[in-house]
Amino acid sequence: MINIFTRRSAMALAASAAIAVTAGAPVAAADWKPQKPVEMVIMAGQGGGADRLARLFQSIIQKENLSSMPILPVNKGGGSGAEALRYLKDNEGDAHKIMATLNSYYTTPLRTDIGVDITEYTPIARMALDTFVLWVNADSDIQTLDDWVAAVRASGGEWKMGGTGTGQEDSLLTAMLEEEFDLDITYVPFKGGGDVAKNLVGGHIDSTVNNPSEQMGFYNAGKSRPIVAFTPERIAAFPDTPTAGEEGHDIVYWMQRSFVGPKDMPAEAVAYYTAMFEALSETEEWKTYTEEKALMADFLTGDALQAYFLEERAKHADILQIMDEGSS
Amino acid sequence: MLTADRAIALAIIGLSLYFMSHAIALPIGWNGETGGPGGGAFPFWLSLIMALCAAGVLIRSFGTPDDGLPFFDPETIRSVAAVAIALTATIALTPILGAYVSIVLFLLWYLRVFGGHGWTLTLSLTAATPLFLFFFFEVTLKILLPKGWTEPLFLPLYATFF
Amino acid sequence: MDVLALLADGFATSLSPVNLMIVIIGVTAGLFIGAMPGLGSVNGVAIVLPLTFIVPPSSAIILLAAIYYGAMYGGAVSSVLLGIPGASTAVATTFDGRPMAQQGKAGLALIAAAVASFVGGTISVVLFTLFAAPLADLALAFGPAEEFALVLLAFTTFVGLGGDDILKTIVMICLGLVLSTVGLDLISGQPRLIFGDMPGFYSGISFLVLAIGVYGVGEVLHTIETSKSAPAVTPARLTFRELADGLRRMNRLWKTMSIGSFLGFFVGMLPAAGATPASLMAYGIAKTTSREPESFGKGNIEGVAAPETANNAASTGSLLPMLTLGIPGSPTTALLLGGMVMWGLVPGPMLFIEQPDFVWGLISSLYTANFAAVAINLALIPLFVWALRMPFTVLCAMVLVLCIVGGFAPSQKMHDVWLIAGFGIAGYLLRKADYPLAPLVLALVLGPLMEKSFRQTLIAEQGDMMAFVERPLSATFIAIAVLFFLLPLIKVWRARSGKAAISPAE
Repeated sequence: MINIFTRRSAMALAASAAIAVTAGAPVAAADWKPQKPVEMVIMAGQGGGADRLARLFQSIIQKENLSSMPILPVNKGGGSGAEALRYLKDNEGDAHKIMATLNSYYTTPLRTDIGVDITEYTPIARMALDTFVLWVNADSDIQTLDDWVAAVRASGGEWKMGGTGTGQEDSLLTAMLEEEFDLDITYVPFKGGGDVAKNLVGGHIDSTVNNPSEQMGFYNAGKSRPIVAFTPERIAAFPDTPTAGEEGHDIVYWMQRSFVGPKDMPAEAVAYYTAMFEALSETEEWKTYTEEKALMADFLTGDALQAYFLEERAKHADILQIMDEGSS
Repeated sequence: MLTADRAIALAIIGLSLYFMSHAIALPIGWNGETGGPGGGAFPFWLSLIMALCAAGVLIRSFGTPDDGLPFFDPETIRSVAAVAIALTATIALTPILGAYVSIVLFLLWYLRVFGGHGWTLTLSLTAATPLFLFFFFEVTLKILLPKGWTEPLFLPLYATFF
Repeated sequence: MDVLALLADGFATSLSPVNLMIVIIGVTAGLFIGAMPGLGSVNGVAIVLPLTFIVPPSSAIILLAAIYYGAMYGGAVSSVLLGIPGASTAVATTFDGRPMAQQGKAGLALIAAAVASFVGGTISVVLFTLFAAPLADLALAFGPAEEFALVLLAFTTFVGLGGDDILKTIVMICLGLVLSTVGLDLISGQPRLIFGDMPGFYSGISFLVLAIGVYGVGEVLHTIETSKSAPAVTPARLTFRELADGLRRMNRLWKTMSIGSFLGFFVGMLPAAGATPASLMAYGIAKTTSREPESFGKGNIEGVAAPETANNAASTGSLLPMLTLGIPGSPTTALLLGGMVMWGLVPGPMLFIEQPDFVWGLISSLYTANFAAVAINLALIPLFVWALRMPFTVLCAMVLVLCIVGGFAPSQKMHDVWLIAGFGIAGYLLRKADYPLAPLVLALVLGPLMEKSFRQTLIAEQGDMMAFVERPLSATFIAIAVLFFLLPLIKVWRARSGKAAISPAE
């Protein structure tokens, strides 16, 4: 089991003990409690962005004592999350399994028929929306979105865009860019966001649409340059990077970070986990993390979350259709 | 020995064909659009090489004289089969009765019936193993083993140790 | 000078009595976790992270380093004693470690493994100390084409690994490669070879499952058949004198160990490659350059020392891209990276400048942990050897239980346990029919790396095969690979033509 914590709190052991006492209170009010360790299924493999975030949640929950039983992360990343989706389907009504989702929650069942219907799952809570930024190597001459579009055109289809795999979020965003600017881009899949970032800095690919957290180290060292953010407003961590909207192209794309439960999860359990995540979303650790990593903390639960899932699924169905048309 | 050699070569050819039938679900040629081979190419062509080599083994076997030795040692094949069956049965029972019951049953059989050890050794090992597994895997490493029907019995243990 | 001053500060922390205690506990725990088939440094590091609640962060780093090293040493224990590699990095150790154990020389093999690990770990941590920053740039120069060339180089170790039967060796290599493609096709994002949509295959076939199957279950079945009622291995005894004698014999292996250390460090440093290709290449080089290559695979002590030096050197080397580039080369470094990110440390080129305390604390604790690991390991060898003297029927029962539980633990799927049983029975039959198993297991480890980097390069270069030989680094690796591949063939050819020259005279 993994526990990860912020440096500040680790240094102040006494302080964290005090927090644990106060934070435990609201959860204790619920009358249902998990009777055995809770499995937190992660739709991605070990070490990726989604995994790290899920393990951060787990460690905050443990440290602040938000759950009476330990939360045990289990990676089921096979088949772009198909493995996790099937696993949840096979554990109908289980009150001790929750799943950390990302956008493959909709795209995987849309792309291949794996026999799951995401409307059956029980929405618990959306913790955050992760942002996407277009990056180039700092040595490149590209400064603006227009420069980038011109450079891609000039390359005649040989422009290399790195990403984490066909059907993944960055490939969808690449397809959206191709559609918007009528470009022809070569998409090169890598094994994870860190690998993509490294290949950009090493000059093996020409641009990426990484999450900011994956490029942060290189950005701070002056090795990579953000060109444009795919958010409605500028990201606080990159005040000088314009949004695509400001440049006259309305491209907005998010990665959702939510939790769902299996079909027919008991209502008391849903209430318990919802309260747990609500308490989590108010912790200092989480607030600091979202600021540093340029995440949008946007808490959403219940029916509103389900409505959001359905809306996003429809949007992704459209993007996937554009992608299919583009490739055939 | 030759019969077994041929049977295994045939089985490998069959397996290769089975792999190939699944591999063709994805493009197996040089996929012009993306550059480089398609998703099914590696498994398909490698399975084909595997089938050809196994066919080579098969053909070669007709040219060699049989050494007359049996493939299985007649004295011990029963023991090997018994252990293989016991292992399979243990795995099959694990999700139903839980790892702690199936492993205890397996050890009882292996140590007492198969190994012919005395009750003192058998019972002490069958008692110590689940205890070790519980404290090492579940309590320390937080890896839950399958419980099956025995799940409710573990709830008080969870409450105590977690 | 600057480096030494910083390192001295690091040592001041890592050598305090409390921290020394932590190192000893961490190394011992890591050793036992690593010695368990199926569990490795990932599980070790995973259990340590929560403990960092009760100790200050500097001690936490030391504990992590101690567990990491302990588990790396422990992996060799399972390879030698049970013949089951606990991690892919320890496969090469079984080639000669297991035969040594069967000849009653388990103690000597374990000593060789421990000393070799120590030498590898020490040399590479020195290299790390001196050259961390400039080497990061070399890691960046590694793109998919170079990765492919490197894996190709590792593949040349297959020459000679297989039995005498070339057809059967090729069958096994192909089978391993095909099994490695099961799961998801990374490039198109489509599932493939999932055999009638079985969700258990979505995540592919893990190396551990195949290794525990063929080396664990398969080996037990094989021993039951061949041993009749005799014990599985010659009971090994180990006296203090033998231990001292073993240490002396290691003296002669300095050449093998220094090659293994440098090779391990440089290969381990490359983000995608890591310790497995490093240990295989070290084994291949030791065998090729040896005066008696035919004794390899039959219990040559050099065959234990070479891969063990390289894999420990590589596990230190793999910390380099993690710290300087933020790229984890293995699941273990991914966990460490996750921990660092949550501590508020941003791995990357700036880490050495912004967080010298952390970096040098970690490096100095690597030195300390390495010393502690070799001492504790040597002290425990008599205990491990004693475990081999258990009656055969008890040992086999315990191994099978460990196969079931150890196979379930990493992914927590019964599907994997079934695969282990299947691979075990199939491996037992294949082995009886003289199909070599090592190429099968290694092909499964290297296959995904090879296919991925091959296709990535071709996509990026619009299908141009020349990309592999146009780039200087990758061209060099390919040239060496071709040389390695041809070397044994040339030897065989010369031997044959020599024979042919003699035979007419007969």
